[in-house]
Amino acid sequence: MSSTVIHDHGAHDSHAAHQPSFARRWLMSTNHKDIGTLYITAAVVAGIVGGGLSMLMRAQLMYPNNTIVSNGQEWNAIVTAHGLIMIFWLVMPALIGGFGNWFVPMMIGAPDMAFPRLNNMSFWFLVMGFIFVILGLVVGQGSGVGWTLYPPLTDSTYSPGVSTDFTLFSLHLAGISSLLGAINFIATILNMRAPGMTMHKMPLFVWAILVTAFLLLLAIPVLAGAVTMLIMDRNFGTSFFEPGGGGDPVLFQHLFWFFGHPEVYIMILPAFGIISHVVSTFSKKPIFGYFGMVYAMVAIGFLGFIVWAHHMFVSGISVDSRIYFEVATLVIAVPTGVKVFSWIATMWGGSIEFKTPMLFAVGFIFLFVVGGATGIVLANAGLDQELHNDYFLIAHFHYVLSLGAVFAIFAGFYYWIGKMSGHQYPEFWGKLHFWTTFVGVNLTFFPMHFLGLAGMPRRYPDYPDAFAGWNYVSSMGAFLSGISTLVFFYVMYRVFTSKVVLADNYWGEGATTLEWVVPSPAPHHTFEDVPVIR
Amino acid sequence: MRFSGWRVSLGALVLLAFGMPHLAFADGYVIAPKPWEMWLPQPGSPMEARIDHFMAFVLWIMAGVVGFVALLLAYVIVRFNAKRNKVPSTVTHNVVVEVLWTVIPAVILLVVAWPSINLIRYEADYQKPYMIVKVTGHQWYWEYDYKSVKGLDFTSYMIPDDKLQPGQIRRLSVDHPMVVPAGEKIEFEITSADVLHGFYLPSLGVQRYAIPGQIVHSWTLLTKPGTYYGECNQICGINHDAMPIEIQALPMDQYQAWVKKAQAEYADNTPNRTPAVVRPALVQLAQATR
Repeated sequence: MSSTVIHDHGAHDSHAAHQPSFARRWLMSTNHKDIGTLYITAAVVAGIVGGGLSMLMRAQLMYPNNTIVSNGQEWNAIVTAHGLIMIFWLVMPALIGGFGNWFVPMMIGAPDMAFPRLNNMSFWFLVMGFIFVILGLVVGQGSGVGWTLYPPLTDSTYSPGVSTDFTLFSLHLAGISSLLGAINFIATILNMRAPGMTMHKMPLFVWAILVTAFLLLLAIPVLAGAVTMLIMDRNFGTSFFEPGGGGDPVLFQHLFWFFGHPEVYIMILPAFGIISHVVSTFSKKPIFGYFGMVYAMVAIGFLGFIVWAHHMFVSGISVDSRIYFEVATLVIAVPTGVKVFSWIATMWGGSIEFKTPMLFAVGFIFLFVVGGATGIVLANAGLDQELHNDYFLIAHFHYVLSLGAVFAIFAGFYYWIGKMSGHQYPEFWGKLHFWTTFVGVNLTFFPMHFLGLAGMPRRYPDYPDAFAGWNYVSSMGAFLSGISTLVFFYVMYRVFTSKVVLADNYWGEGATTLEWVVPSPAPHHTFEDVPVIR
Repeated sequence: MRFSGWRVSLGALVLLAFGMPHLAFADGYVIAPKPWEMWLPQPGSPMEARIDHFMAFVLWIMAGVVGFVALLLAYVIVRFNAKRNKVPSTVTHNVVVEVLWTVIPAVILLVVAWPSINLIRYEADYQKPYMIVKVTGHQWYWEYDYKSVKGLDFTSYMIPDDKLQPGQIRRLSVDHPMVVPAGEKIEFEITSADVLHGFYLPSLGVQRYAIPGQIVHSWTLLTKPGTYYGECNQICGINHDAMPIEIQALPMDQYQAWVKKAQAEYADNTPNRTPAVVRPALVQLAQATR
């Protein structure tokens, strides 16, 4: 991992001198850094939309019998759009398209991605997909099917109108985008590493993106198949999932979760990569147990493909299936435990500086463990019978995503914003952002455990009055999280108006990967002369 | 409404017998969600009792794991702060601890998995019931077909907010609850007439999807006479939150009296088992069932 560069002239670049026009630079970009910036920008926009929808939902749920959302169909459309936007247009673009594009080529000493035009295409497919998912929300009655798209509710009989087709095609577009991106990452990482950068010297973030890309490559086509069958059922009279025509609604659930469970790890593995870098940098220590970390990710990726039906414990699958999928799911806790303990061991004996990225990383580790613990609870088919689809589940997956993946995105943002923009964030405001976010999201999602235990189902715009108390607390937490986002916008404003010039390696001795040997901001082209790693 | 006569007469009977419409049966034993509740509902069935027990077992183990990680993090944060520990160590491997943190979690998982598998088998054993109720989910109501009682098949709608009587629970009370004998094993044959629904009874530990074209089995045994609630727990359209489940358990003699009464009510009113849903516009349909 720790690598010495003996030869680098990456900073010198004749092309940087002539400025491409705005349209040429941003609409036709083939540069991995510019495309990374575009991805991050798109993720911020999607985050504002998806986060705005969650504010709307928490406002509606603040009191029972509330009328902010006018009817159940509108509510279902909001729930659907929130879920899809947060997964496909916030977490994935930020972690994979954004940080992945920016730092994978730099970390392996490559001048760019293997297929720059494909890279550009991936991004614009994503934008088109986002337009489609928004159309699915606003056109007609909206697509109120839940992000899991279970038929028969998705059939034309029960969701008439074009909005559900928009939602389904938006997944095709996002899927193509991810698939092309995955191919690009695999080709880049396997073929374009600088001399001396063997697989076992690759930084953990690169490993994380590589495993993620393989998960995408294998999972997305299954989603595409399932979505295509739904579109056929809706528009062309087939009955893959319609019992009336001999189809099976449960088949869709199998196909969806064969994609959907790896998707969970697609969202969290890049986060693992970022956390490893941040923890190592701010502890001023190399990562503890590098091989364990790498192969834990590979193991998680593999196990992610053989546990899908734990999302279907109440779909009438057999006893033996339930036992198998439960045990296989529990096994994932072992490699995940290896990651968590290795992060702590990396910190152990370190000289830790608690700058904002490190705060988010430590917050990530703790909250991910909380979410993982409730995951172990839910993995028990016998308990899932009680907790399936209720607010305990909502709490669980927001702990690993909203508090896990999103914390890692913020950790990555604060860690790399100096390298990307050339300006440092203001430390005080960064820390304020961390603490308001930390308190806000915990206040939002912890009471949901209680609501779930008491039996509150998900996707309800109105609920029995007994659930009012914890819902009120949860809404308060959500509004605090909303305010924390404003702090984040102020941080971005300060970054982009800052005049302070940064050193190449502004984090000092702990930051050892290749992106820290190029200037801040990283020049338009890096490593045109191949660096050699010893 | 098809069952208005039956509803009025049952209501009258209940009022005469007990005086309070909602808490009528079984000395007012009601298991419904409580404000600021922080744990599972009071168990209404042996299954829920076992779930409750096992849930506590797993959660305490997990609390131990989270607590252990929190302690480690707190120690590391305090002890290896840059102010206290100026020179970082360079240790990157330790085979013993790496083996330990792989093996110990695996052992903990075995401790969880063993009783968990027993619980799965217990929950799946719906054989030899006293009676079978076929539960059909519809947009947006439930239909209960008593397989052992000829012609006893009725629908169950949520009481709309503006028609609530004193003692009824908003969003949980229904016009015709499922009535079953207490202390007997009841098998549910769960299916759907249209989209997926979720037959979810938190205080009994029962949950299965209602899937069109399939019958999914589950079972319960209500320990005490009383009133129990559940809700639809799989997104099913505009009124997903407005199709709750209410189950009343009666002592056997009262149950048999109820069956006779119900049969008489239904004699001239053979139910249309799955009312053919002519597809009106979504919102129209929704209003019709509100």
